[in-house]
Amino acid sequence: MFDLDRWREIFQSIGKNKLRSALSGFTVAFAILLFTLLFGMGNGLQNTFKNEFAKDAMNSIYIWSNYTTIAYKGNQIGRRVQFKNDDFTFLKETYGDKIQTISPKIQRSSEVVYKSEKDTYSVRGVYPDYYVLESAEMMDGRFLNFRDINEKNKVVVIGRMVEKDLFGQLSALGKQINIEGIIYQIIGVFSDPGGDSDERYIYTPFTTMQTMYGNNGYLDEFGITYNPDLSIDEAIAFGNKMLRELKEKHNVSPNDQRGIGLNNYATNNKEVSGIMGGLSILILVIGFGTLKAGVVGISNIMVYIVKERTKELGIRKAVGATPNAIVAMIIQEAVFITAISGYLGLIIGVGILELAGPSLEKYFILNPGVSQPVVIGATLTLIIAGLIAGYLPAKKAASIKPVVALNSD
Amino acid sequence: MIRIEKLHKSYPIGKEKLHVLKGIDLHIKEGEFVSIMGSSGSGKSTLLNIVGLLDEHDEGNYYLNGELIKDLNEKKAAILRNKFLGFVFQSFNLISYKTALENVALPLYYKGVNRKERLEIAMEYLDKVGLKAWANHLPNELSGGQKQRVAIARALVTKPKVVLADEPTGALDSTTTDSVMDLLRDINNEGMTVFVITHEEEVAEQTKRIVRLKDGLIISDELTSTGKAKAV
Ligand SMILES: Nc1ncnc2c1ncn2[C@@H]1O[C@H](COP(=O)(O)OP(=O)(O)OP(=O)(O)O)[C@@H](O)[C@H]1O
Ligand SMILES: [Mg+2]
Repeated sequence: MFDLDRWREIFQSIGKNKLRSALSGFTVAFAILLFTLLFGMGNGLQNTFKNEFAKDAMNSIYIWSNYTTIAYKGNQIGRRVQFKNDDFTFLKETYGDKIQTISPKIQRSSEVVYKSEKDTYSVRGVYPDYYVLESAEMMDGRFLNFRDINEKNKVVVIGRMVEKDLFGQLSALGKQINIEGIIYQIIGVFSDPGGDSDERYIYTPFTTMQTMYGNNGYLDEFGITYNPDLSIDEAIAFGNKMLRELKEKHNVSPNDQRGIGLNNYATNNKEVSGIMGGLSILILVIGFGTLKAGVVGISNIMVYIVKERTKELGIRKAVGATPNAIVAMIIQEAVFITAISGYLGLIIGVGILELAGPSLEKYFILNPGVSQPVVIGATLTLIIAGLIAGYLPAKKAASIKPVVALNSD
Repeated sequence: MIRIEKLHKSYPIGKEKLHVLKGIDLHIKEGEFVSIMGSSGSGKSTLLNIVGLLDEHDEGNYYLNGELIKDLNEKKAAILRNKFLGFVFQSFNLISYKTALENVALPLYYKGVNRKERLEIAMEYLDKVGLKAWANHLPNELSGGQKQRVAIARALVTKPKVVLADEPTGALDSTTTDSVMDLLRDINNEGMTVFVITHEEEVAEQTKRIVRLKDGLIISDELTSTGKAKAV
């Protein structure tokens, strides 16, 4: 296939007919440029969506209890539903395969004192697994571990704002604080992109906290992450099933919206993925519209080019060019021009996205860009378009009688 | 070399047919130097285009080098043109973006000769027509006579058996006309068959045989004085 002589003919024809080549190249480059920009911005919009909903773990489920609003099975309305440790065991054992991590939680507002500083914070008794539910990141020290749970250690992990409030510029790590009269050692400090209020929590081992508050096996909430292998629909079904079974276990009416509450991120994910799906389709429609316009453009230009070259083709035929040689020459030229200028448009488009990317964030476009497969697909489409666009007029030109071609002007 | 029997050709004009060639019988042997004369519209170019396989005839037989030309596809025609025929046109028909040398080399490209050899042979033929120094000039930098000599070099470069020239001197003044005719005579002297259309008696007189056309028929076919001299 590689024929140096043929390429030489083509380069000469392109080089000596710059305006013509530039004209057709420009159409293709422009189409691909537009395609890249639109596609890239669409992707940026999608990234914004993904980012907004990815603050906490995407596969979280929270379950909490409250007062009943419906009388059920001999129980009065307004009864306080109370989760206990056996609910924790029940969930772990029943849904082991669907649960990735699970942590019970007790939460109390407590007065916290360090030397002369004091303030009130939410103190949460949790398992180490709770860490994956929050988007918190350790700045200093470590999070709770299972040894802390088993040994009921009097240790805490505090938020960045707690450290700032109580310790000022000093490091809190290793210091001791007083919570409701009991001394805890600080083993870690975390930050959280969720903002100041998310950085005013204090975490302590669940077992430690349960012992401090009545030692009755009571707990407030469950934080679960479901197995990421579950589809969104499976995850939603899983959440609903847990809710149903917990309601039954605690004699809460299936229709009671408040007695036991459950927040499943999978439901949000479904909405988000619906919106993203819509966006993707929009992007596809726009992107392919642009590409199609490019294909039509290059076809028209090829028709014009071949017409303009009819006489030259007649001369070539008179000196012995076969129809196939003519067709091959025109197609190769068309494909070459489309591929090169398409690539150029792509590079320019990607360059613009790179440069303009940061300033587009305020328009909800985040990290705009096009992926490798899209790039390759678009380029292939163009090459095929060049092929078709070149083939039809070339075939027509090659079938014109030489005498007619020679007499055309 | 060329044998034509009862050749007819008409062009469709709207619904009508314009009958241009109305039964031509012509036999040209290898090595002849023939001119065709006739008034404008008498069908000279039509005949030459058919002989040159640039156009097709309707009726009658045409044998080129003993081969009957019938229902020829474009590919076959292209190969025959490349192998047997060289063309010289009134309007030169050089490719404007190619240099003189590249224009001359073009038929060899379609013959599949490699580039180095192609350019060498082309240069040899440009030298033959006295334009070696102009090899790297584009056609628009050449005079009419020079362009026509480039076109002749291009017609000769594949060593064809027949050179067909449609009014090769039609666009030239008398001095350049003479130099072009000298070239064609030299070619003929080397044994090539040369077939020229012309309007000028002086040009026709330099060939060996004159065929006169009128309204699509041959009205006379005679040897010139030079032709007779050679024949003796
Ligand atoms: N492609 C065509 N379609 C229709 N009619 C044509 C075509 N080519 C030639 N003719 C007509 O056929 C007739 C003969 O044309 P041709 O070109 O053979 O004449 P000619 O003898 O070469 O004339 P000239 O000396 O002017 O070149 C003319 O009347 C011309 O108008
Ligand atoms: Mg004519």
